[in-house]
Amino acid sequence: MSALLRWMRRQAVPLLVFILFIGGWEAIIRGFAVESFLVPAPSAVIVALLRGFAQGNYLGHAGVTAFQAVSGFLLGSALGIAIAVLVVVFPALERIVYPYIVALQTVPKVAIAPLIVVWFGFGMESKIIVVALVSLFPVLVNMMAGLKAVDQDRLDLLASLSASRWQILRHLRFPNALPFLFAGLNTAIVFAVIGAIVGEFVGSNRGIGFLILQANFALDIAATFALFVVLSVMGVALHSVLQSIQRRALFWNRTVEAGPGATPPA
Amino acid sequence: MPRQSSGARVAPEDCGAAALSIRDVGMVYGAGAGAVEALSGITLDIAAGEFVAVVGPSGCGKSTLLKLVTGLRRPSRGNILLQGRRVEGPRSDVGIVFQSPVLFPWRTVLDNVLLPIEVLKLPKARYRDRAMELLELVGLERFAAHYPAELSGGMQQRASIARALVQDAPVLIMDEPFGALDAMTREQMNLELQRIWQAQRKTVVFITHSIAEAVFLADRVVVMSPRPGRILEVIVNPMPRLRSLDDMLVPDFADQVRHVRSLLGGKGAEL
Ligand SMILES: Nc1ncnc2c1ncn2[C@@H]1O[C@H](COP(=O)(O)OP(=O)(O)O)[C@@H](O)[C@H]1O
Ligand SMILES: [Mg+2]
Repeated sequence: MSALLRWMRRQAVPLLVFILFIGGWEAIIRGFAVESFLVPAPSAVIVALLRGFAQGNYLGHAGVTAFQAVSGFLLGSALGIAIAVLVVVFPALERIVYPYIVALQTVPKVAIAPLIVVWFGFGMESKIIVVALVSLFPVLVNMMAGLKAVDQDRLDLLASLSASRWQILRHLRFPNALPFLFAGLNTAIVFAVIGAIVGEFVGSNRGIGFLILQANFALDIAATFALFVVLSVMGVALHSVLQSIQRRALFWNRTVEAGPGATPPA
Repeated sequence: MPRQSSGARVAPEDCGAAALSIRDVGMVYGAGAGAVEALSGITLDIAAGEFVAVVGPSGCGKSTLLKLVTGLRRPSRGNILLQGRRVEGPRSDVGIVFQSPVLFPWRTVLDNVLLPIEVLKLPKARYRDRAMELLELVGLERFAAHYPAELSGGMQQRASIARALVQDAPVLIMDEPFGALDAMTREQMNLELQRIWQAQRKTVVFITHSIAEAVFLADRVVVMSPRPGRILEVIVNPMPRLRSLDDMLVPDFADQVRHVRSLLGGKGAEL
């Protein structure tokens, strides 16, 4: 009970700010009679949101966008990790592969997206590939940095035990890279949602991006805002899932904060 | 000149054969104008079970000597024999303790101690008990399941000593292992190290820049010159074991410390 009270006290100020913000917004729209096709009032957004879910199509479209974002993110991250590991374990590869990766990165994905839709069609595949492409780079770069940023004494210790490069990877480089990897994943998950929407903008008949285009064409700005809300909830949800995985995987990175007397994880 | 204060510690077959034999070793880093001569003409025989301390000003090549003896680097000239076999690369018959604990933060203390066993592909299950005994020896048995970040600096260094002992290598090399600890913890660790050395019967090469620490711990103190490191003198310390901190107050001890300090030119180390 007291835990709940403490939680409420901690949330009180942010909640108050939120209420003031929404209330102020509503007051300005009503007070200055702003046209609803320019900026909708929060109440109109809520109505649009409820209607969207009641009609039953928001959930399905949100599912499609989330699926594309998550699968593309997983694919891109897996590729990023794999390339980083190969390049660090076989340094000769780095000079061959890396220029292509950088070249690919300098091309804006928005510019390639139409091409990918031409190649892979209007379905989910093209969006998953766009998402994978945007997720790849932050994961790759961070993972490479983490695999390389190992302490020389730890390397010497393993070398003194005649460790193979795979043992050095497993016992030192990989765990050492995890905090870096999660930094990359946190960036990539945000990029992933953007990538999915961009893919849907270019050509699709499903997903939140598709609905946003439709609402825009119909000048239904309240629905557009309602879809922004759906998107941010999706983004926050994906981000917090990632955060909780990170807390589990990087428990040793936080033990300092836990302080003395903390019971170690089993 | 094998020291023979306690005959029991030197097995008959070891007579004459040193545990570690360093023969006219020289080390030059780099080449051409930028070459750095770190060590020159080092010759030293260390008997099995002996505790030898190496003191010298910083930059005189002490850590270089560790890298050569452990096979992490090859000497530019000369030979090193460990257990009678020439050192040509890393070997599992020598344990290392570095200046910093060099623990792996994602492993528990016990798993850190068992790391050499995993890397050497020895049966981990069989070494578990030994690892626990070693943790008991260094006073960390209650912290086996803890992570390094939960331990103080002294405790972390004790864990790293347990790790260096786990594969039961006959030779232990320590590179300024207590340099980062405060004076009181350091004295405590010196006492414990003496006890551990007696219990485990290892040959120890102990690198330090503290003269008092060297004299307190060692059977022989090797005093080195500034770069390029050469051996200035090897001083035998006949004080009986186990030594206590009070032994540091006897005139003999003070004489030895004074002698080493005069060799080092009265600088470069604290008492
Ligand atoms: N990898 C290296 N490359 C070039 N010079 C080195 C290297 N390691 C050590 N040295 C040089 O060799 C000398 C001895 O270093 P070191 O063995 O670390 O001394 P100590 O441990 O006694 O302080 C120093 O001058 C140092 O700069
Ligand atoms: Mg050194």
